[in-house]
Amino acid sequence: MLAEARPARGERFRNLTFLVPLLILGVAVLLNYLLQPNLFQPRVLNGNFRVMLPLMVLAAGQAIVIISGGIDLSVGAVVSLVNVLLVTFVKADSGWSAVLLGLAIGVAAGAAAGALNGLCVAYLRLQPIVTTYATSFLFSGIALAILPRPGGALPRALTTFYRSAPLGVPAAALGIVVLIVTWWALRRTRFAQHLYGVGGDAAAARASGVAVAWTRFSSYVVMGVFAAFSAAMLTLSTGSGNARLGDAMTLSSIVAVVLGGTRLAGGAGGITGAVIGVAILTIIRNLITFANVPTWYQTLIDATIILAALAAPGALRRIRGRA
Amino acid sequence: MREWLTRVPPPVVALALSVVLFFVAGAVQPGFFNLDQAVNIVRLAAFLGIIAAGQTLVIIAGGEGIDLSVANVVTLGAILTFMVSGGASERLLLGVVVALAVGAVIGLVNGLGIVGLSIPPLVMTLGMAGVVKGTILAVTQGNIPGGVPPLLARVVTGRLFGVPGILFIWLLFALAMWFVLERTTYGKRLFAVGVNRRTAHLSGVNVPATVVLTYTLSGLLAALGGVLLLGFTQRVFLSLGDSYLFPSIAAVVVGGTVLAGGRGSYYGTMAGALVLTMAESLLRAMRMGEAYQLIVFGLILVALLAVYGRQRETA
Repeated sequence: MLAEARPARGERFRNLTFLVPLLILGVAVLLNYLLQPNLFQPRVLNGNFRVMLPLMVLAAGQAIVIISGGIDLSVGAVVSLVNVLLVTFVKADSGWSAVLLGLAIGVAAGAAAGALNGLCVAYLRLQPIVTTYATSFLFSGIALAILPRPGGALPRALTTFYRSAPLGVPAAALGIVVLIVTWWALRRTRFAQHLYGVGGDAAAARASGVAVAWTRFSSYVVMGVFAAFSAAMLTLSTGSGNARLGDAMTLSSIVAVVLGGTRLAGGAGGITGAVIGVAILTIIRNLITFANVPTWYQTLIDATIILAALAAPGALRRIRGRA
Repeated sequence: MREWLTRVPPPVVALALSVVLFFVAGAVQPGFFNLDQAVNIVRLAAFLGIIAAGQTLVIIAGGEGIDLSVANVVTLGAILTFMVSGGASERLLLGVVVALAVGAVIGLVNGLGIVGLSIPPLVMTLGMAGVVKGTILAVTQGNIPGGVPPLLARVVTGRLFGVPGILFIWLLFALAMWFVLERTTYGKRLFAVGVNRRTAHLSGVNVPATVVLTYTLSGLLAALGGVLLLGFTQRVFLSLGDSYLFPSIAAVVVGGTVLAGGRGSYYGTMAGALVLTMAESLLRAMRMGEAYQLIVFGLILVALLAVYGRQRETA
């Protein structure tokens, strides 16, 4: 029904989907600057990037799954799972080899979780929304079994590095640059093209020789790996483990992807938009804090702004359609 | 195995599975196996069943239909009844009317956003969930004055011939849902819209109106669930409805309503609510730690979906 007109949309138009979100971000940053004049001081900026990066990585993975026509409601649970694995294998006095081993185990766990989701969605053809919701219980349960009570610690050198600014650029900002550059490099690859093809029109993709199920499966595995890296950065930020740490991130990752101009129907959008979406979400939270909004009204204002931002593209299309 | 299973109607399997689970629970925990326990489980399932009714309609309507605002509307419905009635039975009707009206308006806004601004249902209702939660926080500021009208508590928890009142309510409610889905023009249009919006439109169905009405009903029914839940819990708190959000979707799917829309039934949702509630009670009876409860619940859900949650052949 809705998908019919999409595959015809050219590369050019697809690349422009994040321009409106970029505009929203510009306005939000300007407002934030007016309320918080020291926003552009390195220390404040660095703090903002540190908060944004884990969610940006997660939203990037979510964007990949959504582009290929799926959705993943288990990402928050995977983040929690990898977080507790990291603090289980890495202690405050661990050396580099233990840190690398912990990271390898975390990434493997993330990939395995993604593979389970991918298996259910791509090969058993289960509905993504309910399936990944169901597996989220599984992952949360395992995380809670591994670490029943919050705790654990990382080597101080690691958490200090995450807060540092080598060559004057915050480490977290470097992470964001790496994320976007990697995406722009990968965007032209066959895998990325297949993601768009499968998400836009699976039947047409199959007819032109794309391995539809394999592409869908891979998108979930990639998501799992992204979730693992997101967890690693979050753990650097918090310095400890908590089996509930990622719970709230699932919905934020989806909202960020949509704010970034990616359609939930699949076949369009990109990681750049998702990264911008996370920046918008974070700045909105900043604004609410710095505008001295009474605590009881914060959720309402936060949610209303987000809903308005989500409604904006449709509203604009309606206005343009009438004009 | 799956070939055989898919030929049996999902509601029948869900129902049979809840009976099997009940026997398993009896074997694991001898104290579990009696009529009181059975009635208690059906009673708990009734709340989930009523809350999942609107979800059933929304999912049947298709177009990636889903309502993620139900949990917060349930909470709001309970809070409004609590505050408006002030604990007085003579003001119960007013409280219920206000709760249902507000629920319907929330659903109406969801429907208008989805149809009018083409916001995906998942996103629209998710955003609305935040707005409703925010409204609850802003209005109550953590302090909710009011009370539970004794009449409401009596209707929900009081027993007639040993059967709790909520079960009679659920039975009447189910008959009404069956009638709406199977015997009214709205029901016919709903299924037509769910199967294919274009053909529904070509055969004269007002598709936008049907979809908006469906989300409005979903909001109204969630608020009704909140009112009844208040009669059971007899107190309100800000996370009252939260634990019903995803079970409301799972119950619909387990009951055989196709997530792609166009096919489904309310008795399926009832059976789904029953089996989910039974599974949860079993896990609790086995006194597993929370971690293992989550793991087993997740596995049960995946297994049920593997049998019934398959998508229509799309490609």
